[in-house]
Amino acid sequence: MKKLLASTAVLLALALPGAAQDYTPDPAAKPGGTITITYKDDVATLDPAIGYDWQNWSMIKSLFDGLMDYVPGTTTLRPGLAESYEISEDGLVYTFKLRPGVKFHNGREMTAEDVKYSLDRVTNPETQSPGAGFFGAIAGFENAGPGGLSGVEVVDPLTVRITLSRPDATFLHVMALNFASVVPKEAVEEAGADFGKKPVGTGAYRLAEWTLGQRLVFEKNADYWRPGVPFLDSIVFEVGQEPVVALLRLQKGEVDVPGDGIPPAKFTEVMNDPAQAARVVVGGQLHTGYITLNVTLPPFDKLEVRKAINMAINKDRIIQIINGRAVPANQPLPPSMPGYTEGYAGYPYDPEGAKKLLADAGLADGFETELYVMNTDPNPRIAQAIQQDLAAIGIKANIQNLAQANVIEAGGAGTAPMIWSGGMAWIADFPDPSNFYGPILGCAGAGEGGWNWSKFCDPALDAKAVEADSMFDPARSADRLKLWSDIYMGVMEQAPWVPVFNEERYTMKSERMGGEDALYVDPVSIPVNYDYVWVKQ
Amino acid sequence: MAAYLIRRLVQSALILLGVSFITFFLLYVLPADPVRQIAGRSATAETVENIRQQLGLDRPFVVQYARYMGGLVQGDMGRSYLQKTQVAELIWSRLPATLLLMAGAIICELLLGLTMGIVAALRRGRALDQTLMIISFVTVSAPQFVVSLLLLYVFAVRLGWFPIGGYGTFAHLVLPALTLGILGSGWYSRMMRSSMIDVLRADYIRTARAKGLTRARIVLRHALPNAILPVIAMIGIDIGIFMGGIVVVESVFGWPGIGQLAWQAIQRVDIPIIMGVTLVSACAIVLGNLLADLIAPLIDPRIRLR
Repeated sequence: MKKLLASTAVLLALALPGAAQDYTPDPAAKPGGTITITYKDDVATLDPAIGYDWQNWSMIKSLFDGLMDYVPGTTTLRPGLAESYEISEDGLVYTFKLRPGVKFHNGREMTAEDVKYSLDRVTNPETQSPGAGFFGAIAGFENAGPGGLSGVEVVDPLTVRITLSRPDATFLHVMALNFASVVPKEAVEEAGADFGKKPVGTGAYRLAEWTLGQRLVFEKNADYWRPGVPFLDSIVFEVGQEPVVALLRLQKGEVDVPGDGIPPAKFTEVMNDPAQAARVVVGGQLHTGYITLNVTLPPFDKLEVRKAINMAINKDRIIQIINGRAVPANQPLPPSMPGYTEGYAGYPYDPEGAKKLLADAGLADGFETELYVMNTDPNPRIAQAIQQDLAAIGIKANIQNLAQANVIEAGGAGTAPMIWSGGMAWIADFPDPSNFYGPILGCAGAGEGGWNWSKFCDPALDAKAVEADSMFDPARSADRLKLWSDIYMGVMEQAPWVPVFNEERYTMKSERMGGEDALYVDPVSIPVNYDYVWVKQ
Repeated sequence: MAAYLIRRLVQSALILLGVSFITFFLLYVLPADPVRQIAGRSATAETVENIRQQLGLDRPFVVQYARYMGGLVQGDMGRSYLQKTQVAELIWSRLPATLLLMAGAIICELLLGLTMGIVAALRRGRALDQTLMIISFVTVSAPQFVVSLLLLYVFAVRLGWFPIGGYGTFAHLVLPALTLGILGSGWYSRMMRSSMIDVLRADYIRTARAKGLTRARIVLRHALPNAILPVIAMIGIDIGIFMGGIVVVESVFGWPGIGQLAWQAIQRVDIPIIMGVTLVSACAIVLGNLLADLIAPLIDPRIRLR
C-alpha cells in the first residue's frame, strides 16, 4: 500500500497539465502585420525529420508541433500536443494524452496514429534522418524499419504509450525536438521526397509560398490550437542575402531581423551607435567553443601536455578577436546549462607553469604539431592567436586551414592532433547536460567518424553518464545534475579539451518589433520565437 | 559546314564527358564525406553506414560514376543529398536568373567596353586614351566583392536609386549587371581599341576619308563593323568567365542564380548539386565557344569552317 501511494504521488507530480508552467503572451501584443527575416544560405528543407540547420530549426518549430515544447524564452519543458503525460514507476513507460481537436494544416484532425507514424518514420533508416539516434531509448529502435517501432503503441485515438528499453531522463526533451514533430501520413506520402518543400503540420504558421532560392512566406494558422497566438499575419524569409547587405536593409527599414546576426566587420560600428545598439538583444547561448586534443596521438597522450596547453591559452585575447561577443569558458558546459559547475576556476592562464609541465613530461624543448581550423572568419584569426600562445611555451603548431567538411572528416578519422571547433562547435540540441557528453566526450562518439575529436574515452565516466541518464524521476533532478557536474569535472581532470569561450547571442531587430527580449534570444528558437513576437503598428 | 558542325558537336560531347569524369573523380577523392554531412553530428555508426549503402556511396568509383551517367543520359540528375529535391528542379528554377544576369552583364560590358575602346582609339596617345586605359586596367583587376559592395552602398543605400539586392524587377537587375559589366568592360575596351586602331590604318578608311565622308560615318559605318569582329568572338569565351565569377556578385546582391546554389552545395559536399551545376556551366561554356566559332564566318566571309 505504501508503495502504491508513493507511485501515485510520482504519477501525480508528473501528470501536471500545462497550467502551472504555462506562459502568458505579452498583453500589449497586437495581432497583424508582416515581418521580413533574411538569411544568406538557402533553406534546405522544412521536413522536421531531416532539417538540422540553424536557420530551418526555428522555422520548422513554427510549422510543426511535438508532444512536448518549451516555455517561450526559457529552457523549461511544457506539454505541446500532449495535454498531459504519465511516467511509470520504473521510468520505462510514458503515456501521453493528446490534446483533442488539434488540426493539421490540411484540415484533418491529429490523432495518436499520427504520433506513431511520425516516430516510426523518423527512426526508419530509409528516411535518413540525422536525428534518428536521439530515439535510441525507445524499445524496438534496433529493428526500426518499414514495420515501425514496437515500443510505440496507439492505445486509443488520443492516447499513445511509448515503452523504453532503458530509462532515459532526457526523453521528454527528445520528444520536444523537431525530429519528434507530428506529421500527417497522407501529406507525407503524397509529397514523397518533396515533403521538405511541401510541409504540412499543426504549427502556428503554414507554408504559403516558396520560391526556390528567393523567398518563403509563412502565413498565420487561424485554427492554431494555442489560443491567441501567433500574432503576425505572415513572415517573409528572404534567402541569399549577405549579412552586410541585410544590415543595410535593416537600417533602411526593409528588414526586421537579419537571421545571420550582426556581421563581425560591422559589430563595433553597430554597438558604438546608441540608436542601433538599442535594437540589439544580448543573451546566453548553449554553446561552447573548444580546442580538442587528440589523446590517442603522442604527445597528447600525456596528461601533463594536455594540462600545459590548457594553461597556455589566453582566452581573453581570443574573445577580443570576436569583439567580446563571448565569455571565457573553463568547463565543457556553458553557464546557462543546468549542471554547470559554479565556482570551478578551471585551469589558470599561466605560460610559465605550462612550460614546467611540459618539462615534467620530458618535452622541455617543445614539439611540433598541427592545428586544424575551419577556413571562415574569424576562425583562422583565432587559430593564429592559439598558435602564438602555443609558441610562447615552445610548441610549434602548423595551421591547417580547411573547409568545414574537411575538418570534420579529419576530426572523425582521428588524424587531427588539435582542432579549433569554431564554426563547428557544439550547440546543444536540447537544454540538458547529457547532450554535451555522449557524441563529443563519450566513448560512443570516439569511434571512426564520430564527433568526439579528442578520441577521449573513459569507461568510468561513461558508466556515470548512463547512471545519470537513468535518473528519470524529476524528484531526483538535483542529484542528477550533481552527477553530471561531477562527470564534467572528471573530464576536466583529464583535460581532453581546452574550453575556450561561450558565445553570446546578439540578435538585432527593427524598431517596430514587439515582445519581451527573451523571445529574441530564445535558447531553443533561433533567432526569434516566431509564435510570440508581434509588430507595433 | 555540316561535317564541321558534327565534328564540333562530337568534340563538345567528349569535352563534357571529360568534365563529368574529372569532377566526379575529384569529388570522390575529396577528403570530406558527404554521408557525414547528411547523417549529422549525433548519428551512430550504423546510421552512417546505412545512408552510405542507400546512396550507393559504398560502391567502387566506376560503379558510382556509371550509375550517375546512366541517370544523366535519361535526364535524371539525381536528388540533392541534403535538400532531397530533384537537382534538375533546383537548377531549372535558378537558371533564368543567371541567364538574365548574364545577358544584362554582357550588354553593360559591350556598351561600356566598346564605347571606351572606340573613344580611346580615336584619341590614341592622348590623355583621354591613357585615362581610359588606366580605368580599364583597374576594372579588370578590381575584386568583385569590393566593387559590388561599393555600388550597392553608393547607389542603393546612399542615393536610394535602386533596391538593396533582391530579384524581380528591372531595377533589381541594374546594379549586379553593372558590376559585372564594369569588371568585364576592361577586356573589351582594350580589345576594341587595338582592333579599331588596326582598322583605322587600313587603306579603305583612307579612301573613305578621301571621299570626304564625315568622321562619324567613317567610324560607325566603315571602321566599326570590321573592328568589332574579334570582339564578338570574345563573347563566347566570356560566358565561361561569367560562370566562374558570377558566384560573388550573386551572393552580394542576393541574386538567386546557380552560382549561389553551387557555392552552398560545395560547402556541404552535396555532390549531385555540384555535379549538376558543373555540367550545366560546362555546357554553357562549350556552347558559347561553339556559337562564337559559328558566328565568325557569318560576319567575316574570309573565315571558313573546316
